[in-house]
Amino acid sequence: MITTFYIASVIAIISTIMVITRYNMIHALLYLVVSFLSLSVVFFILGAPFAAVLEVIVYAGAIVVLIIFVIMMLNIREESVEEEKRWLPPRAWIGPSVLSLILLAELVYVLTFVDAAPSGVKVVNARAVGLSLYGPYIIGVELSGLLLMAGIVGAYHLGRQKKKVVHRFLEKAEE
Amino acid sequence: MLWLIPALPFAGAFILVVGGSRLPKGMIPLVGVSSVALSAVLTLALAFDFVGSGATSYDQRLWDWLDVAGLSAAFSLHLDALTLVFLFVITFVGSLIHIYSAEFMSDDDGYARFFAYLNLFVSAMLILVLADNLVLLYLGWEGVGLCSYLLIGFWYKEEKNGYASRKAFITTRVGDTAMAIGLFLLFQELNTLKIHEVAAIAPSAWTTGSPVVTLIALLLLGGAVGKSAQLPLQTWLPDAMAGPSPVSALIHAATMVTAGVYLIARMYMLFELAPLAQLAVGVVGAVTLLMAGCSALTQYDLKRVLAYSTISQIGYMFLALGIGAWSASIFHFMIHAFFKALLFLAAGAVIMALHHEHDMFRMGGLRKKLPAVYWTFLTGAGSLAALPLITSGFYSKDQILWIAWAGEKGNTWFFLAALMGAFITAIYTARMIFLTFWGEEKTHVSHAPGVQMVLPLVALAILSTIGGFVELPHTMGHLTAFSDFLGPVLPGVTLRPGAEESEWILQSIAAIVALSGVGLGYYFYVAKPVMADSLKRQAGFIHQFWFSGWAMDKLYDLLFVRPFVFLSNINKQDIIDKLYAGIVSVSETMHRMFSFTQSGMLRWYLAGIVIGAIAVITIGLVS
Amino acid sequence: MNTVPVEYGLVLAGILFTLGLVSVLTRRNIIFMLISVEIMLNASGLAFIVAGARWMQPDGQVMFIFILTMAAAEVSVGLALILQIYHQLKTLDSDAANKMKG
Repeated sequence: MITTFYIASVIAIISTIMVITRYNMIHALLYLVVSFLSLSVVFFILGAPFAAVLEVIVYAGAIVVLIIFVIMMLNIREESVEEEKRWLPPRAWIGPSVLSLILLAELVYVLTFVDAAPSGVKVVNARAVGLSLYGPYIIGVELSGLLLMAGIVGAYHLGRQKKKVVHRFLEKAEE
Repeated sequence: MLWLIPALPFAGAFILVVGGSRLPKGMIPLVGVSSVALSAVLTLALAFDFVGSGATSYDQRLWDWLDVAGLSAAFSLHLDALTLVFLFVITFVGSLIHIYSAEFMSDDDGYARFFAYLNLFVSAMLILVLADNLVLLYLGWEGVGLCSYLLIGFWYKEEKNGYASRKAFITTRVGDTAMAIGLFLLFQELNTLKIHEVAAIAPSAWTTGSPVVTLIALLLLGGAVGKSAQLPLQTWLPDAMAGPSPVSALIHAATMVTAGVYLIARMYMLFELAPLAQLAVGVVGAVTLLMAGCSALTQYDLKRVLAYSTISQIGYMFLALGIGAWSASIFHFMIHAFFKALLFLAAGAVIMALHHEHDMFRMGGLRKKLPAVYWTFLTGAGSLAALPLITSGFYSKDQILWIAWAGEKGNTWFFLAALMGAFITAIYTARMIFLTFWGEEKTHVSHAPGVQMVLPLVALAILSTIGGFVELPHTMGHLTAFSDFLGPVLPGVTLRPGAEESEWILQSIAAIVALSGVGLGYYFYVAKPVMADSLKRQAGFIHQFWFSGWAMDKLYDLLFVRPFVFLSNINKQDIIDKLYAGIVSVSETMHRMFSFTQSGMLRWYLAGIVIGAIAVITIGLVS
Repeated sequence: MNTVPVEYGLVLAGILFTLGLVSVLTRRNIIFMLISVEIMLNASGLAFIVAGARWMQPDGQVMFIFILTMAAAEVSVGLALILQIYHQLKTLDSDAANKMKG
């Protein structure tokens, strides 16, 4: 079991590295899908099938697709690849890498002091999740509903592109 | 009841300060005038009571004020004949001037403020003359100095008015400091500052001519010189004409400038013990009266002529004090208050009628257009020039001249100076009248003054005429009501033996001098005006010199102002300044540094969040 | 079968989170920043699942569902905003939106 875990995690890490270093957006998104799929495998290993499935359906299937739609809507051309190359010389990575590595080091340091005993495997299936979700966490569900509603309305409103009505005197100034 | 006299104007000032903007406009002069008028009525009642009861003095202790280290100064009032004369002048002339101001300042925005300051001034001056001890007198002294500053710079929006009021305040401050040092010395020597105790102890504490008492007397003279605008501190009074005319009338003609005269008369015993100081008083008076008279001859601004004339006339009072003619000096003070206030008020009426034209050479022909003002002005000017027999100025000035010639401490030089001064006074007075009221009209009258302004003029004109008849010289009835009244307070004059016969000769000389001065003025300004112009051109340098007040402003600028400015410029770069400049530059640097962090770039902000997270976690780990 | 130790799962989550963080700090393109934020959210969800597996309770998955929901809403609104920015500034450079400078 653990070897599967190792393989899946290695794939996840490598594909994430590929995501962040690509110049082409669509390539990056495809690698992102791979990363999500491998993480889904990890979830399966950890005994969370429902979460694994949700990961694939929602994350890889909806969110990434949404991003691809927007990219297509924006009509990104070849120049963007050139732009990215210009914007990302190797020295641009140094600062953030240093900061993030410090953070990672601290995280690992903290984790090595926690000795939690690994307990047995138990698969927590969808039924248990559903009972928990609509039981003690019902408020969270309602709030998520609110959040999604706000998201819908907000996204519709913000994404609208009104034709700008300019007063005719200003039209000449615009030209 | 005595305390009501200074308290009523103070209450008036308080009401106007607190509620002046809320009162309806008609109420403001009502409050302002009635407080002083009530004081005047009370003074009259008190005078009848006082004279009728035959007492020489009356004390009223109000409350304990200071009692520390041997100095016990209480807020207590003292009334005697000298104070009563001053009270009479201050309240009566004051009320007339208040009535005048009710119309004069009626268009001004600071109407309530004006009356508040004026009332405050009257109450401070009343405390000054009613004071029982020198500390309380100093309180009144400072109070009138403050109100003078406030009122000269009344129209503060114009910068030159503020400059003039600052000049007045600082110059009188120099005198006040000298007086304060004199008071310190006096206390150190005699251990009391109550005026009676000083009067009682002083003759036994010092011999005549002892250096300590001479020093104290000279320091008090320094204070008097500042307040009364005598040499060397007279430079502020001509510039103080920047204030409204009622202010010039009340403060700079009738009352504040005579505070110095009051002080010296009050402390006469110190001056009797220090003949050198008394001589200095006389010399100051004599020199000032000549200098100011010459300057008045050259001025073209109507109020400045009157200002220099005030300096000159107070010089007469100082001269009289210097030769031991105490009651004559006070008599001249009273008469001068009447006619000088009248002249200033009439000048204010003329200036207002000609829509703020101050230049005499652009006036003229007002004899027909403003008859009431003309006749009252003429009466005042007649008193100023001391026209014989009919004006009260003749009697008061003549008394001084007589005692200068015939008194024991009299001096030929003083007499000649006074006589010369009388001649010059007559000339410039006539010049003033002829230029302003005679001749052809060069500026048209905007509007004539109303009854509220003319009535005080008439009242003062009457007082100027009949006021002199309380003291007639030997040759004309020998009425000594005034000096008898002051007898218990001020010592009398002893004449040189054998001098009495020449009194009428002197009077004739004085009369001839006055009349010839008027005649000379007529010649130069009515009969042959071209002569005046050619004289001015020929004596151009002297004219300029006298016009600038004998160049004293320039002298002070050179002696005091420039070195001070030079030193303070050096001091501007000193270390304490650097400390404050350092604070400023530190905060500017920090601003530059921190505004750098607000670059508007999203990635900067994200990096900031990450750095903060690292910091927090590190702190959590370490501690 | 032996289970996956908790530390390993959390370390994996940490590494993924750090990678997302590096990317979000470095990239100038807004869409890439959004993608990087998704990576970070995913990593934090993984941490929750690991925690839930350790206690063998569904709470971890419930939290993961909430995170997922929030990520979905955020992406949709964020993309709408990106559309607006592109429409205004005609570029996808995040540095171009620096009117709040100073």
